[in-house]
Amino acid sequence: DGRPGATHITLPPFGKGWGGAPCLPVPRSPAEGLRAWAMEKARPQWGNPLQFVFACISYAVGLGNVWRFPYLCQMYGGGSFLVPYIIMLILEGMPLLYLELAVGQRMRQGSIGAWRTISPYLSGVGVASVVASFFLSMYYNVINAWSFWYLFHSFQDPLPWSVCPLNDNLTGYDEECEKASSTQYFWYRKTLNISPSIQESGGVQWEPALCLILAWLVVYLCILRGTESTGKVVYFTALLPYCVLIIYLVRGLTLHGATNGLVYMFTPKVEQLANPKTWISAATQIFFSLGLGFGSLIAFASYNEPSNDCQKHAIVVSLINSSTSIFSSIVTFSIYGFKATFNYENCLSKVILLLTNSFDLEDGFLTASNLEPMKDYLASTYPSKYSEVFPHIRNCSLESELNTAVQGTGLAFIVYTEAIKNMEVSQLWSVLYFFMLLTLGIGSMLGNTAAILTPLTDSKVISRHLSREAISGLVCLISCGISMVFTMEAGNYWFDIFNDYAATLSLLLIVLVEIIAVCYVYGLRRFGSDLQAMTGHTLNWYWKAMWAGVSPLLIVSLFIFYLSDYILMGTLQYQAWDATQGKLVTKDYPSYALAVIWLLVASSTMCIPLVALGIFITHCLKKRGTAAVA
Amino acid sequence: MLWPLFFLMTAIHAELCQPDAENAFKVRLSIRTALGDKAYVWDTNEEYLFRAMVAFSMRKVPNRGATEISHVLLCNVTQRVSFWFVVTDPSKNHTLPAVEVQSAIRMNRNRINNAFSLNDHTLEFLKIPSTFAPPMEPSVPIWIIIFGVIFCIVIVAVTLLILSGIRQHRRNTKGPSGVDDTEDKCENTITVENGIPCDPLDTKGGHINEVFLTEEERLTPL
Repeated sequence: DGRPGATHITLPPFGKGWGGAPCLPVPRSPAEGLRAWAMEKARPQWGNPLQFVFACISYAVGLGNVWRFPYLCQMYGGGSFLVPYIIMLILEGMPLLYLELAVGQRMRQGSIGAWRTISPYLSGVGVASVVASFFLSMYYNVINAWSFWYLFHSFQDPLPWSVCPLNDNLTGYDEECEKASSTQYFWYRKTLNISPSIQESGGVQWEPALCLILAWLVVYLCILRGTESTGKVVYFTALLPYCVLIIYLVRGLTLHGATNGLVYMFTPKVEQLANPKTWISAATQIFFSLGLGFGSLIAFASYNEPSNDCQKHAIVVSLINSSTSIFSSIVTFSIYGFKATFNYENCLSKVILLLTNSFDLEDGFLTASNLEPMKDYLASTYPSKYSEVFPHIRNCSLESELNTAVQGTGLAFIVYTEAIKNMEVSQLWSVLYFFMLLTLGIGSMLGNTAAILTPLTDSKVISRHLSREAISGLVCLISCGISMVFTMEAGNYWFDIFNDYAATLSLLLIVLVEIIAVCYVYGLRRFGSDLQAMTGHTLNWYWKAMWAGVSPLLIVSLFIFYLSDYILMGTLQYQAWDATQGKLVTKDYPSYALAVIWLLVASSTMCIPLVALGIFITHCLKKRGTAAVA
Repeated sequence: MLWPLFFLMTAIHAELCQPDAENAFKVRLSIRTALGDKAYVWDTNEEYLFRAMVAFSMRKVPNRGATEISHVLLCNVTQRVSFWFVVTDPSKNHTLPAVEVQSAIRMNRNRINNAFSLNDHTLEFLKIPSTFAPPMEPSVPIWIIIFGVIFCIVIVAVTLLILSGIRQHRRNTKGPSGVDDTEDKCENTITVENGIPCDPLDTKGGHINEVFLTEEERLTPL
């Protein structure tokens, strides 16, 4: 290639030894270095560093930022929740994110290969990550299916969740819908067709099943060509949610009653800072919001060029993730304020109507402002009639409307839709909103599937027989088939099981082992010099302090807290929808559901010790075999 | 001499039309709620119109004798605006059965509402439930149409990508056999510099592996 002093030699085949130090980052052994070098030649890469940043952002910024953070903010002290949140971001979020990105960029392999490079006994960590990612992608895509369902139903006038359907003889509304609300009815009856308990599983509902198949097809379309296609899609999935959030911010702030919600949210309740649950929730939220431990970040970073400045990217991604949470909670709370004010005013008008009808007062005589004094007047003037009416008069309170803290699918599909149906041009807002949910969900799914596919395509055994498209297709097909469980009538209960247990405890363990592996097995100093060789930056004392001390301690305390929470809770319970009453009731899990929960937690956590044990045994057998031969 | 008869008639009327009387219906209007500033005042002329509409509804019932406006009696008009009404038979001695009146009003509910610029919620006949209009269901639900469109687009895109991938793969394998899987054959020509093997420039698109550029700066220049 024209450089003076250059000579051409033929590289000997693998295993025959290789003299001379390489120009590449230091591998563990010459053979390892050969393999790494050869794989480097064929490894796909991001088109430019911006695609990598966008991929990380679209993975990290997901539905949790929209529907979990506002709930936590509301529960744990409003504006004062930001204090533990930012502290945890600095102590835990940024260091762990940088660690995963650095590991991926350094090892240039998926999670299994990366941890195997650090120590063969630790490949179990990679396997556990893949298992956890598999569980996550199974149930996460069901949310995308629901978003598709709502998106397709947004093109109607009136919106189907804004009116109750009529009953059979057309004289009134459907009973279940009357008892609950029209949005709840649409979610529980029309979308999920939920059964009264987890034992009654019912059959697969074809409508959500179709939407689920479509969701998996869209995911397959995006990951089909690897980083080539993913890199283009992430521009869209990373940027569109922000466009929609800004539009919603402007719309939300101009809604009537939005300021009520904002004032409510941002009023700090400083006494919540003394509650340990506040700090634990902040730590947990940072941890799960960044998507650590699934192997997706390692996978994304492995497609980077080694000289990429992942420190800067780690800080940027974690800051953007947290600011998106705060930003979306502003939007959510202005919507909350609007909904609460609307319901409060509705409640007031119902009371006014009731009083006007009972006492035959002039229409329009009672208003919101003179209601209280008039009530007293009526109570004193017509005591007997008032005492008849009194039980039916609801106490309307704006506080109690704002206090209904909702998270998860309930927030996204019930509360938001209730607010949207009362806006003007509600079809447009509905389409925008569900499109945003879709891009958030698909963006996260790209990361989840990358975590599963990267180790599979890295493995030579599999990639020799199957092309990348075939592997992706197979993974999508299997996940789609299994996740049909969530489209059954009891599917939402199984969804809640997966959501709460599949990837919580195991992830804490995985990340703990990851930090210990990098700091103490691989060596913090060695890792630091590797990073310096790669990127040119020396490792700051801040990162060293966090990786070696603070973050592991935090994770251990989170782990202990979760374990003790599970143990102390006794029997696990769930919320079931009671159609006759039109509300949620608490029920106990049956024994086979508990068995599934334990299986979920065990199957990913047990990978770590089991694989280590397996490798140890094969190692011993090999040693004994070579000893017998020699 | 006519006065006692007049009082008798009013007494009978008063008996026929009373709150909770047999076959009497309560009507409630919320004019200000419906019309806001354009609300009209409820006076005897409006009552006359109401009686006329009820009489009209009764006349539309087949096989019923012609009901006159004077057969419709109103009483207990409150400020709300609410009142009770009954429909008497031509002899003005007893009231028509509630079932008949109910079905007649239900048939013509729309006309009555329109006469007062109100709707089913603001002009309420208590005890006469209004029939809701059945929702307009298109033959194919809209969501399936949109689903079908998006589904077809995605399938076409997936097929195109897979086919182009297969075509690219075939072109690669048909190409020079020397450019084969380096991992399998483990043989390749590389550049050695100062006894150190370095990755040559990637010929794919002139893409320079920046690792080696930075590495070069740290190596002793030749």
